[in-house]
Amino acid sequence: MSAAIVFGLCAAVAVGLGLYGVITNPQPLRKILAFNLIGSGVFTFFGVVAHRGAAAGFGGDPVPQALVITGLVVAFSATALAIALLLRLLQATGSATLRADASPSAGSDPAKP
Amino acid sequence: MMPHPTAVVEAVTSGGSLLVLSIVVPLSGALLAFAAGGRHLERVALATLPVGLAIAVAIAFAIPSTGDPLVYLLGAWAPPLGVALRADGLSAVMLVIAAVVICAIGVFAHADFQTPAGAAEARAPFAFWILLLVIWGALNTVFLAGDLFTLYVALELLTFAAVPLVCLDGRAETLRAALRYLLFALLGSVLYLVGTALLYGAYGTLDIILLSRRVHAEPATLVAAALMTVGLLAKTALFPLHLWLPPAHAGAPPAGSAVLSALVVKGSFFIVIRLWFDVMPAVPGFAATQLLAVLGAAAILFGSVVALRQERLKLLIAYSTLAQIGYLFLMFPLAFAPAPGELHSGSALSGGVLQAISHATAKAAMFMSAGLIYAALGHDRIAGLGGIGRALPISVLAFALGGVALIGVPPGGAYLAKELLLQAAGETEQWWWAIVIQAGGIFTSAYLVLVLVHALAPADKPVASRVHVPWYQEAAALSLALCSLLLGLVHWEAYLPVPQGARSSPSVLEMLSSALWPILAGGVLAILLGRWSDGLPRIPLRGLTEAIVGPVRSRALTAGEALERADGILRQWPAAGLSLLALVIALGAAMLVGG
Repeated sequence: MSAAIVFGLCAAVAVGLGLYGVITNPQPLRKILAFNLIGSGVFTFFGVVAHRGAAAGFGGDPVPQALVITGLVVAFSATALAIALLLRLLQATGSATLRADASPSAGSDPAKP
Repeated sequence: MMPHPTAVVEAVTSGGSLLVLSIVVPLSGALLAFAAGGRHLERVALATLPVGLAIAVAIAFAIPSTGDPLVYLLGAWAPPLGVALRADGLSAVMLVIAAVVICAIGVFAHADFQTPAGAAEARAPFAFWILLLVIWGALNTVFLAGDLFTLYVALELLTFAAVPLVCLDGRAETLRAALRYLLFALLGSVLYLVGTALLYGAYGTLDIILLSRRVHAEPATLVAAALMTVGLLAKTALFPLHLWLPPAHAGAPPAGSAVLSALVVKGSFFIVIRLWFDVMPAVPGFAATQLLAVLGAAAILFGSVVALRQERLKLLIAYSTLAQIGYLFLMFPLAFAPAPGELHSGSALSGGVLQAISHATAKAAMFMSAGLIYAALGHDRIAGLGGIGRALPISVLAFALGGVALIGVPPGGAYLAKELLLQAAGETEQWWWAIVIQAGGIFTSAYLVLVLVHALAPADKPVASRVHVPWYQEAAALSLALCSLLLGLVHWEAYLPVPQGARSSPSVLEMLSSALWPILAGGVLAILLGRWSDGLPRIPLRGLTEAIVGPVRSRALTAGEALERADGILRQWPAAGLSLLALVIALGAAMLVGG
């Protein structure tokens, strides 16, 4: 089994676990962590692509590395934004759950907690 | 659309630096506003608006009549090593409309997001003006980017700037809506990113023109296309991936809702067009285009029926956005040419893009008017709108004109779009989509009638506006609505593939009938499906109407309730997540069968 296949399988497992977490886990913090797991899987996959694309005799194709670095920055900002929103939600309601808005309401509805 | 010359000789064209300016100006405006802070911030933002508009118009004029795109190569490095910015006719149209809508929203928001007199700096205005400029810069990048990874970065920037707009007022339910929006959008963008990795692995480039020459239907391409498309659909909120849209669009402040609904969802829609028409026109095949339009038709049905059942005006408009997004996806099967088996950039594409820009202008106007009505009444319950027509005539007029423009009444942009789509449906012999297109217009008029009947009804006691509504806010809403109503008169041939002679000049009688019958049919639908808390409206022969309509109406209401319940289930997080995965598989399978 070549290194590319091993890393590819690892990437697939990480993405699969992350997807399972994002879809099934009701807690936002767990969803954010699961999203980061998906991200790690995708970035590993970029590494596999770089390895396979290295036909020109380099150790690896440099373009996917540049893409991964950009992707990491984006994923980091996304996580920071999500955590900031979650903290504000916790301050405002005392609980961090997405469940309460099963029915959305447009304006200030004092009846809702 | 982008031409495909045989040799790659790309150089910076004259006027290419305008493309850089159109991205740099809004983003530098945002940075400058951030640095200036406090009271200067709004001045910086308002000064940036006309400059950006002028650049967008200049790009539209600079595009050569031959149809070749304007090109700028960053750092003079040509693709595949470098990154190109390209503006074709499609980009120019979107750039100008985005600039017009952003400027109108800026004028509108001047009243709502002023730093209060006593304070040195206030949180909401500080965030709003910076986010507005960043959204503009991100949108321009989406319209101009020449490779799929730049599109990814622009899309993420767009989402990150759009999410905080949802929760500007900091109420718990809007925070929840924003978090939901962010998490679901992130799921969508991860799918898109996996697709770009697959394409790079298979073809060694992400440049749109280079990729379009190398791409062919093989397993990696099909998987990438399915993943990227579904990821973008999640960000566009096409049914059934719409769980985040109603609370986010209805909870944001009016100027925010207008940006989100008019422009932000169009960003990801535009990338779907780029992907399907420019990158891989031959890959999707017949079955996949039909699947997209089936989702669109379902969005029209669910969005419209649930909109008719809403008690609050802003939620009604948010659900109507859902239906209108569905309408945009009807163009894909109509653009499919069976002979070469690929998507053809013709009248169907023009119709879809025209519908998108008509919706952008009209829906921004409608959200602004709804915001003014909310401010004047202190609530936006549809049943309690009576008398507002007298208190805020211009706002109600803007709302009505925006709605009328969306129904597809001449000379509106949506009317021309409808004509082009119907023509394409006739040419490709897909009569079933012609029915859906007409039904979409009727549903639109149904919720317009429902709102207007309430808004124009006399009040029990005269409505006293709780706040003073500045004239320029009403003017901004009205001018966008008029803009949408006049879009059909523009000569789009220079920018969009509108076939010669597509624009029939109908007689006055034809125009009247094409305007009247959807509105009448919509009125009937509104009576059947709408919520009339105090009985049916006072129409002539009310008793007779109730006797005829009563039994049908009770059945229609039951059906509407069932649809609303189904919508509630689909908007649960696990259901939406599973639909996302199911759609990836279905779309991949459809491409395999049809490709």
